[in-house]
Amino acid sequence: MSLNYEQVIEKYEPTLGLEVHVELNTKSKMFCGCATEFGAKPNTQTCPVCLGLPGALPVVNKKAIESTILIGLALNCSIAPYSRFARKNYFYPDMPKNFQTSQYDEPICVNGYLDVEIETDEGNKSFKIEIERVHMEEDTGKSLHVGGNTGRIHGADYSLLDYNRAGIPLVEIVTKVIPNTGKYAPQVARAYVAALRDILRGLQVSDVKMEQGSLRCDVNLSLSSIGSGKLGTRSETKNVNSLRSVERAVTGEMIRQASKLEQGERIIQETRHFLEESGQTRPGRSKEQAEDYRYFPEPDLVPVVPESKWIEELRKALPEKPADRRKRLQAAWAVPDKEMAAMVNAELLDTVEQTVLLGADATKARSWWLGEISRIANDRNVFPTDLISVKDVAEIIALISKGELTDKLARQVVEGVIAGEGTPTDVIGKRGLKVVSDDSQLMKSIEAAIAASPETAERVRGGNIPAAGALIGAVMKATGGQADAAKVRELLLKHLGQ
Amino acid sequence: MLIRESASKMAEALANKEVSAVELTNQHFEQIEAVDKDVHAFLYLDKEGAISQAADIDKRRAAGEKLSPLAGIPLALKDVLTQKGVPTTCGSKILAGWRPPYDATVVTKLKSAGVVILGKTNMDEFAMGSSTENSAYGPTHNPWDLSRIPGGSGGGSSAALAAFEAPLAIGTDTGGSIRQPAAVTGTVGVKPTYGGVSRYGLVAFSSSLDQAGPCARTVLDTALLHQVIAGFDPRDSTSINQAVPDVVAAAKKQNVAGMKIGIVKQLSGDGYQKGVENKFNEAISELVKLGAEIVEVSCPNFEYALAAYYLIAPSECSSNLARFDSIRFGLRVGDDGTHGAEEVMNLTRQAGFGREVKRRIILGTYALSSGYYDAYYGSAQKVRTLIKRDFEAAFEKCDVLVSPTAPTTAFKIGEKANDPLAMYLNDIATIPVNMAGIGGMSLPCGLADEDNLPVGFQIMSPAMKDERMYLVGGALEAALLAKWGKPILDFAPKLVGSK
Ligand SMILES: [Zn+2]
Repeated sequence: MSLNYEQVIEKYEPTLGLEVHVELNTKSKMFCGCATEFGAKPNTQTCPVCLGLPGALPVVNKKAIESTILIGLALNCSIAPYSRFARKNYFYPDMPKNFQTSQYDEPICVNGYLDVEIETDEGNKSFKIEIERVHMEEDTGKSLHVGGNTGRIHGADYSLLDYNRAGIPLVEIVTKVIPNTGKYAPQVARAYVAALRDILRGLQVSDVKMEQGSLRCDVNLSLSSIGSGKLGTRSETKNVNSLRSVERAVTGEMIRQASKLEQGERIIQETRHFLEESGQTRPGRSKEQAEDYRYFPEPDLVPVVPESKWIEELRKALPEKPADRRKRLQAAWAVPDKEMAAMVNAELLDTVEQTVLLGADATKARSWWLGEISRIANDRNVFPTDLISVKDVAEIIALISKGELTDKLARQVVEGVIAGEGTPTDVIGKRGLKVVSDDSQLMKSIEAAIAASPETAERVRGGNIPAAGALIGAVMKATGGQADAAKVRELLLKHLGQ
Repeated sequence: MLIRESASKMAEALANKEVSAVELTNQHFEQIEAVDKDVHAFLYLDKEGAISQAADIDKRRAAGEKLSPLAGIPLALKDVLTQKGVPTTCGSKILAGWRPPYDATVVTKLKSAGVVILGKTNMDEFAMGSSTENSAYGPTHNPWDLSRIPGGSGGGSSAALAAFEAPLAIGTDTGGSIRQPAAVTGTVGVKPTYGGVSRYGLVAFSSSLDQAGPCARTVLDTALLHQVIAGFDPRDSTSINQAVPDVVAAAKKQNVAGMKIGIVKQLSGDGYQKGVENKFNEAISELVKLGAEIVEVSCPNFEYALAAYYLIAPSECSSNLARFDSIRFGLRVGDDGTHGAEEVMNLTRQAGFGREVKRRIILGTYALSSGYYDAYYGSAQKVRTLIKRDFEAAFEKCDVLVSPTAPTTAFKIGEKANDPLAMYLNDIATIPVNMAGIGGMSLPCGLADEDNLPVGFQIMSPAMKDERMYLVGGALEAALLAKWGKPILDFAPKLVGSK
């Protein structure tokens, strides 16, 4: 019997824990000088160190330490004056040394927090997510299992190994237990990963591309009966690779676990894999027969002892926190909550800000980027800035403000720029898109319109102002939309003694 | 023939153009040809590479280029250091046929100094042993008595020196693998301060203990080689970024008047052969005559050194040797389409590792296991700290410490092969130096009365004060040479076929 979500949250209280792995965007690997470019030909970015050849020794990449400290500082962590690497020992063909060099009981950053906000029916709610640790480790290589049906190592005919990824610096960010999220657990999990992603992007320490695996999330979840005060057994869902999946994985696990508990079964402490198609999880290896990793301090590396002066310099260099920046921009631009959220979700905050910095009006910048341009971008499945530059949009908005373009004309200019007809000025020139601002030229069209509908003109003269709409429409039509409607209205009413 | 001369003498002959580097190299290959079938010091000879290196030196010398002091001198390299394109086995079947794609930093330094690398020398598998009997390629024989062991793990390097197959050699020392072979073959060997010589390209046995070092037949030659291989290496995080102590000047100085020399009480008595103690005491008398002041010091925690060593070294080795899995290099067993990757890894390791290596991997795996870590690995690290403190306290009272290098002279091949504990006891006097990361030298101090076999004298100096052991070693060597009238190796029986 499977419960629905409403039934689950009536009886059970979820406890979350999130582990996020971030691939740093350093130019070289964690312990050697090899390049880290994504998508290079297999095994071309390797050397004796990252291939684990006999005799080779690791040397820590200072840039990776710097990035990790920045992450720790942005998450309000304490930076350990002394931390060490350890060896996590287990055998796997894509792990060159058969141990992973990782931080274990002495991580570089500890005890931080991150505030996240979610929208609910009862208004915005905020949650303080406590961070237990931020530590460094190295990535493994990649295996490709060929043959067999499962794509897994068992049953494959042979396996191909690519060590380009082996040794790429990873940072693992581990939360403390997140209690009391109740029915909002899936939203909170998603909001946390999204907030973390924004911070990492702001720090420019990672590409944070979830679809390429440069940011991966493991979701720990357990349920307890409401009021029991007893923590349940947790499962760990590995490698959840999009924000939506994070939310779905939490929901899916809550339902799966609750359904089991309802049937009187017990939850097994195990690793599970998220299935993108169904939103369900399937079991991986059971932790009850888990390997003993035989951690011990890495004797090939000296302890990491960052100077406090360096830490302070990094602290000063921290960019504005994404949440603070959002609040600041929202106030400055006077944007309602909903539209601010839309801008953030569309990932257009930076673009709009850049447009405003070029002198554009904030409201106009927002409506152009989120409106017309986003519509075309969505149709073509590209990002808005792939279509048109911030500079061109700012220029178009400036022309509107000066009265040289109407909104209608501006849409044509945008269309032309996207179609590759050149800069906004080029498009205006080529298409002849000029606002008719010459009063005498407009007056000719107005007189023609009056001559064509004398009765309507009479009614306007008699005080029926709304009747002027039809005449204005006729003028606009006659000028091919190149007239400023407000101007036409002004001249027309004056001419008819109103 | 120059092969019985010191490297310094050979260097003079080269500088004076009395001999060419190619001739000198060929003389050594001739000697190897004549004696190595009996000694078995070498696992691989790189004749082509060596001759071409030597020819290059001759050409540069003829062109008037200023060369380093050891340019053109042949050297035997322990098979645990990588040399680009040259088979490197670590004495193990699991690496059979592997040709590393890169040079160890020590090898890079040797090459740029123009030292001619003759080949790779035999050793206990992965440097685990004290007799070279654990080599997968058969034991090395002691040139003093072919039925006896040449020490280990670097028995090949020391035997090559004693058999005049090379005037210089590189060893590595994790618990005595340079010093104990030097002691039982009547040669000189130095374990520099940990971090003094780069470990990059040294195939790790126990990372926190391993150290490469120089071996030769005289203290000065050892110092000259030390100078070539030592120094900071950015590829080795544990290498020390400080100036190399001037060991050559110290080796030449020969003045120990007023120096304080401490005898470690715990490194004598039970288990030490009578003849070894006698020769050690005679050497002490020589140092007194030279004006040194002798004090006795106590290092109470040395008692636990062996036990702690046999937890730390196997623990690290269990992890270091995990990479030998058949996937990227070396032996592969069972890859016949019927076994999965994990099974191939297992079959390869079963077939490729010898008994002693397996014993230590199992020991280390156990010691690091959850629930045992604190009691074993954790406690052993505490002992290590206590041993360091013992040394620190001792070095407050004296400039260097001394002891016999090994408790006995060379034993018979096979004598201790089935008694690992008896074998481990060979390193009782050398292990504390590795645990503390300080420097240690062994030089010959005579022949034991019982068996006429060489006895080693160990000198220990504080970290990065390596020059002190060369100072004392150089002075003692000169005094003993004057007393004996000829170098100790001239007392050894001549090997059949020796040139
Ligand atoms: Zn690399």
